[in-house]
Amino acid sequence: MIQQQGNRFFFNVDWITVLIYIALCSIGFINIYASIYNPDKAAAGFDFGSSYGKQLIYVITGLILGLSILLFDGRLFNVFAPFIYGITLILLVIVLFVGRNVGGNQAWIPLGSFRLQPSEFAKFGTALLLARYVSTFNPKFRDIKSIFIAAIIVLAPLMLIMLQPDTGSALVFLAFMFPMYREGLSGYFLLIFLGMIVLFIADFLVPTYILILILVTVGGLFIYANKRKQKIIISTVLVTLVAVGYLFLVKIAYTKVLEPHQRTRIELMLGLKTDNKGAGYNVIQSQIAIGSGQATGRGFLQGTQTKYGYVPEQSTDFIFSTIGEEWGFAGCTVVIGLYIFLLLRLINLAERQRSTFSRVYGYSVACILFFHVFINIGMTIGIIPVIGIPLPLISYGGSSLWSFTILLFIFLKLDSNRMGFI
Amino acid sequence: MDQLFNRKYIVQGLFIVIAIILLAKLFYIQIISDKAFLSAESNVLKKKYKYPARGAILDRNGKVIVQNEPVYDLMVIPNEVKPFDTLSLATALDITTDDVRKNLRKARAKSNYQSTPFVKQISVQSYARLQEIMYRFPGFSTQDRTIRHYPDSVAGQLFGYVKEVSNDDIEKSEGYYKPGDYKGKSGLERSYEEVLRGERGVINTVYDAKNTPQGSYANGKYDINAVSGERLISGIDIRIQKLGEELMLNKVGAIVAIEPATGEILAMISSPGYDPNLLVGRDQGNNYMNLIGNPYRPSLVRPIQGSYPPGSSFKPIDALIGLQEGVIDPNTTFNCPGYYMAGNHKVKCEHVDGNISMRKGIARSCNTYFCHVFQNLITRNGMKNQRQTYQDWRDKVAKFGFGSKLDVDIPFERPGYFYNADHYDKVYGKRWGYTTVISQAIGQGEITATPLQIANAMAIIANRGYYLKPHLIKAIGDKNQVKKEYIKKNYVGIDAKHFEPVIDGMQDAVNSGWGTAVLSRIPNIIMCGKTGTVQNPHGKNHSVFIGFAPRDNPKIAIAVIVENAGYGSIYAAPIASYMVEKYITGQVTGSRAAGVEWMKKQNLLPAIIDKTKKVKLTKTDSLNIKKTDSIKRIKDSLILKPGITSKSVVLKPIQSKPALVNNKPETNQK
Ligand SMILES: [Zn+2]
Repeated sequence: MIQQQGNRFFFNVDWITVLIYIALCSIGFINIYASIYNPDKAAAGFDFGSSYGKQLIYVITGLILGLSILLFDGRLFNVFAPFIYGITLILLVIVLFVGRNVGGNQAWIPLGSFRLQPSEFAKFGTALLLARYVSTFNPKFRDIKSIFIAAIIVLAPLMLIMLQPDTGSALVFLAFMFPMYREGLSGYFLLIFLGMIVLFIADFLVPTYILILILVTVGGLFIYANKRKQKIIISTVLVTLVAVGYLFLVKIAYTKVLEPHQRTRIELMLGLKTDNKGAGYNVIQSQIAIGSGQATGRGFLQGTQTKYGYVPEQSTDFIFSTIGEEWGFAGCTVVIGLYIFLLLRLINLAERQRSTFSRVYGYSVACILFFHVFINIGMTIGIIPVIGIPLPLISYGGSSLWSFTILLFIFLKLDSNRMGFI
Repeated sequence: MDQLFNRKYIVQGLFIVIAIILLAKLFYIQIISDKAFLSAESNVLKKKYKYPARGAILDRNGKVIVQNEPVYDLMVIPNEVKPFDTLSLATALDITTDDVRKNLRKARAKSNYQSTPFVKQISVQSYARLQEIMYRFPGFSTQDRTIRHYPDSVAGQLFGYVKEVSNDDIEKSEGYYKPGDYKGKSGLERSYEEVLRGERGVINTVYDAKNTPQGSYANGKYDINAVSGERLISGIDIRIQKLGEELMLNKVGAIVAIEPATGEILAMISSPGYDPNLLVGRDQGNNYMNLIGNPYRPSLVRPIQGSYPPGSSFKPIDALIGLQEGVIDPNTTFNCPGYYMAGNHKVKCEHVDGNISMRKGIARSCNTYFCHVFQNLITRNGMKNQRQTYQDWRDKVAKFGFGSKLDVDIPFERPGYFYNADHYDKVYGKRWGYTTVISQAIGQGEITATPLQIANAMAIIANRGYYLKPHLIKAIGDKNQVKKEYIKKNYVGIDAKHFEPVIDGMQDAVNSGWGTAVLSRIPNIIMCGKTGTVQNPHGKNHSVFIGFAPRDNPKIAIAVIVENAGYGSIYAAPIASYMVEKYITGQVTGSRAAGVEWMKKQNLLPAIIDKTKKVKLTKTDSLNIKKTDSIKRIKDSLILKPGITSKSVVLKPIQSKPALVNNKPETNQK
């Protein structure tokens, strides 16, 4: 009976996504093996105590975990969404107190030999609750109240993660803007967000008074062009004022709120600073490694830059530099191609859902993955400041791999149920 | 579905645009650009580490007592080695060709690709010879670094030693240490490792495909200069440290001298000691094993790890607490018939003085007097409340630093033990009182202390009521930083006025005709002190002296313990007096100088007997406490405790056997 039911569900699973999942995990395993590969000890055989050995165990257990999620009743995720969300919030609070300090933030809860990273699990908790909220109330995000509620759902875990402080993982939660956008949130929010980023960067490259001058001029011209329409004039004045205020806020926040190492990373990324002993070192070394890969790479295990510890955090956050060095531009294209194919497919899958819950959840999964991929790869090639978040399914680490597995397979389960009611 | 469906394309479009941006940047750095970063040809960066010099250590007068010497390691990268002339390399290094092959095999086993030591710490001559012929040995290179040198060859246990990090160290340091780094493993080298070690430097060199160096990478932009470790200033006066070690030659024991006003340790002798230079250089491993195997255990840091009953040196503290609690005043007298009766057992005294005052009681070390003081203290709240009153007394004594670590700045300090009421409950149930624990009165009961604790108690008396945490290092770095905890006065709860009468007695002990240490009087300096003879169940008694000098504005407080040496006045007191005189005046003068030489020649090392033999308890002479069976039970169980008490079983002397020198008091002084 159960077997039959299982078969029916498996039949509906999107196996293409599962194949891409397996491909990415394998790429991860191979490159973790390469990045800790020591030519001296090559003959030693397979070592389960090493990073690649552990990663293999994580991959296998991850796959088992994913497949067992497919056996669940999909409706449970909807029903238990608030509960799961609540647990992840509690874990995020606990980690602030009992967290083990790794690399300057309290991200890990030690559980015997295994360490749990609640910020990884908060992602699907939040995605589930957001999906539930949207599917229950169908808010369309036209009114302040629904935006406010959705913002609370997203910002609560975000703030707790900021307190660890783990800026990278917190930033990922901004990905939830996209599912909200898809469900009706005005496109202006995305534009404002984009504008904030542009102004933020501009604030460092151009003196503030020139920026203000430009803003006021543009605003003035705009008002002049629309001098008959009072509404537009008022909103333009408001926007200009807010933008100018924002510029000052950025300056203040920058000096008062950000930690010195975060400031350094931003300045390095913007090319304002060239001191590369400390923070710039990772990026420089990572880019040397990737750059030396050229078109087709040095070949498997032939990388020299990524051996001997030139690139720090080689198997975790900087795994992409191993891929770049040993597999070259071709390899990078394959990896990025796989990700993009996965992301586009997830969006397509999300759109074919009958239930709003599944669609919102699907969008959330795709956009979280997208943020991770963009930030991580962008960081290793120097177009984004160093923000330590893993490359999904490829970076070394159990917490990360399992949380992406859960994230993805819950969606696959929902998708396999798409014909039924959820 | 609805018009929102179209938003799908915007999201997907964004994904594609970002992917294109990532690929464009990758295309640029991987295919177009080859100048911005290391050219993609097959150039490789190699790191060469520059090891920092460890911080030097100076003594209190600015003399360098720990410094560095340059040495060179010959390194090899095995996979770069071409067939070479084994014989000429062996000749240059003063080793055999077999050694060359063996070392190369070892290096290969360690790593084929990384620079590994081939011969460590080669001589300057070898280094000079090698420089001329190095070009013939591709794959080999020299690495310069510094090793420790201890110019005075003393205080091995205090300085500790430095050793290459183990795999365990590397793992525990979470990436700080790398193979080849050195790290302090004991003593000051260990406790101040983080300030002494400095920062490792790196030189990045570009190599081409043929492995020839192409010069520094990016004009040295990413190189890091090595930063030397911080300099430490120690409170040690190396002159008296040296004198102390010489005086303690061929004796087992410890000396601790403290400057009372600051808590700075002036000297800390652990005997037998060893030359710290033995644990530097190529013979480190062998020498270390020899030290560990030595039956007199030179590796033990006796001043902080030895645990001795404080013995008679405990009496001034009895007096102080008695005065503070008001159970006696400076004029109180007790009758000493030559013994004290605690219930139906007898505590013997060395003399029959009749009515004896406190001042004289201290000077003459009268057991009877202090048993009475203790009796009054413990029974002052009534017979029924003895347990509670004992605990109160115990806590007051503990304020002097007994029973817990003083937290000195070298590792592995021991707290000693000091029974509280609960411990006695375990041994006796509820039925015990002052008579049961009377031996605590004379520092001979269920209390042991480290020599450091005993010296610190003396500093408290010298300061009239407080101490500063004893410490070896008084200032760190060029800015002479001082740890906050070292300038805090710790008061012991005794009013300053109670000290003078007690100090009177201690002054008499050394300076009056009836004192126990009058033979150790120092010309022109009033030293106050107290001898002690500590019962040793395993052999001859330990000789103890504690004291400070001068009486007013004391400059030095000292504790001396010589194991198996008999009466305190014979060995410990003169040793202390020489140390004090040397410290205050710079030299030991007159006939006393001959005493110093005599002392250095005395050999009091106990004979070593087979550990497998059973310990035979010997009745001791000076303090003959008749023990009840239950006291015996505790004592026996104490012997089984870890620490010096059980360890000294190994060092047990053979009673009256010829290996020992003549200990008769008459031979001591003229
Ligand atoms: Zn007496």
